[in-house]
Amino acid sequence: MRIEAWAQAITADAKLRGLFQLIPLLNGLVQATQTLRLADWNESADQDDQENVIAAKGSD
Amino acid sequence: MTQELCLRTIAELAPQVEAGAISALELTDACLEQITRREADLNAFIVVDGDGARATASRADNEIAIGRYRGPLHGIPISVKDMIAVTGLPTTAASRIRPTTPAQHDATIVANLRAAGAVVLGKCNLHEFAFGTTGEDSAFGPTRNPHDTSRSPGGSSGGSAATVAAGMSYGSVGTDTGGSIRIPSAACGVVGLKPGFGELSCGGVVPLSRSLDHVGPLARSVVDAWLLYRVMGGKNPTLPLEFTTRKELRLGLPRRHFMDHLDPQVRGQFNDALDRLVDAGVTISDVDVPHAGEIAAVYLHIVLPEAMTYHSKTLNSRPEDYTPGVRLRLEMGRYILAEDYLRAQHGREILRREVTEALTDHDALVLPTLAIPAPPFGIESVTVDGLTDSVRNLTLRLTQVFNLTGHPAISIPVGNTATALPCGLQLVGHANQTVDLLTVARYVEETIR
Repeated sequence: MRIEAWAQAITADAKLRGLFQLIPLLNGLVQATQTLRLADWNESADQDDQENVIAAKGSD
Repeated sequence: MTQELCLRTIAELAPQVEAGAISALELTDACLEQITRREADLNAFIVVDGDGARATASRADNEIAIGRYRGPLHGIPISVKDMIAVTGLPTTAASRIRPTTPAQHDATIVANLRAAGAVVLGKCNLHEFAFGTTGEDSAFGPTRNPHDTSRSPGGSSGGSAATVAAGMSYGSVGTDTGGSIRIPSAACGVVGLKPGFGELSCGGVVPLSRSLDHVGPLARSVVDAWLLYRVMGGKNPTLPLEFTTRKELRLGLPRRHFMDHLDPQVRGQFNDALDRLVDAGVTISDVDVPHAGEIAAVYLHIVLPEAMTYHSKTLNSRPEDYTPGVRLRLEMGRYILAEDYLRAQHGREILRREVTEALTDHDALVLPTLAIPAPPFGIESVTVDGLTDSVRNLTLRLTQVFNLTGHPAISIPVGNTATALPCGLQLVGHANQTVDLLTVARYVEETIR
């Protein structure tokens, strides 16, 4: 799920449930999720598998 | 005399108990009298089982008198965090959610402690369900720091740390999911050990986050922590302990991230300790955890959904029975997507490798335990070295990564601020080498004293 849509959905759900004090915490969570998704160790189908790169280096 | 007695270490007292020079009942009564003196101010216990403790102590004295000494914990009064089952007492987790019926069985670690003859004095207060680092959110009211009652004792095992620091028990048993043994140990000036992941059984312990949960001891010295740790694991240690003499000790200091934002007085105490270690011949070299900047994000995406899963049913049916702060944090766990939980698990493996790599050619890592001294009650955020962050984030900043990676870690006292608030030094050992870490910790404790 794209992060913008997810952020909107969780904020709307918190409001619907009357949990307005949760919203600042959810803002922090969204920032943390962005950090997580931008980390350079995330795998991607259009790049070499980092696990295999590490294994290949180890067998040199 | 009684107050002096209740502030001594297990290692000092055990030979006297064995020799009959002092009785288990005297030790138990010393703790109970200290509880009478301090508990109204500290609120460290949820329940004190004075009659049960005195009966157990009397049995211990009878056994010792006829030559049935079980080992260094025989007749030693201890306290237990109220996340951990003790037969005959409710396991409240400091919450209105938990059943009020007494536990039918001891947790495995408690059973091991009792088999070694330890005397359980009572159950300690904590941050509700161990989901917080200040102790402010408890159905039984907050525990207060013995060094300054306007401040938090740290958490979540704040009651445990307070009982040890204030002489109300000779040791305690806590849980640590992001730093909950080490943080209050640092804030209260005691020793706290988080062993390696899975070393000690969590059977009979209320879970917070099953892949991050650890149990371990809080004590007045590294040797006492060692004794409690071995007994909790079903071993039978004997005194005097045989520690390997440390020569050419090599410590790695992960400066980036871990030293970036520290209270100046915490930094000063830590640097003074490093100077004393260097003067003693210890080699300290810089190491790096390249993805340290992602620790908090990785931790959050694992702890939140794992905690929420356990609480899902009661969050739906009885949300008002949680303290507001804990309820809100649990609610956040509902919103973590599976894809992000899996990303976090991948990041966790990267961090595990990086911490292992940082330990290469070193006996242990050395870093502060807590970036700030014990915080005053009622504050939400703190500014340290230009970084303004929540108290929760700042208190977890230096400890949570070792719950992710499972490496053993210990906090030992490292001096006080100008206002007499304790600071902690953290040592992190190689995976599955907790005894080696304790050996290093004992050397460091003696060197910086």
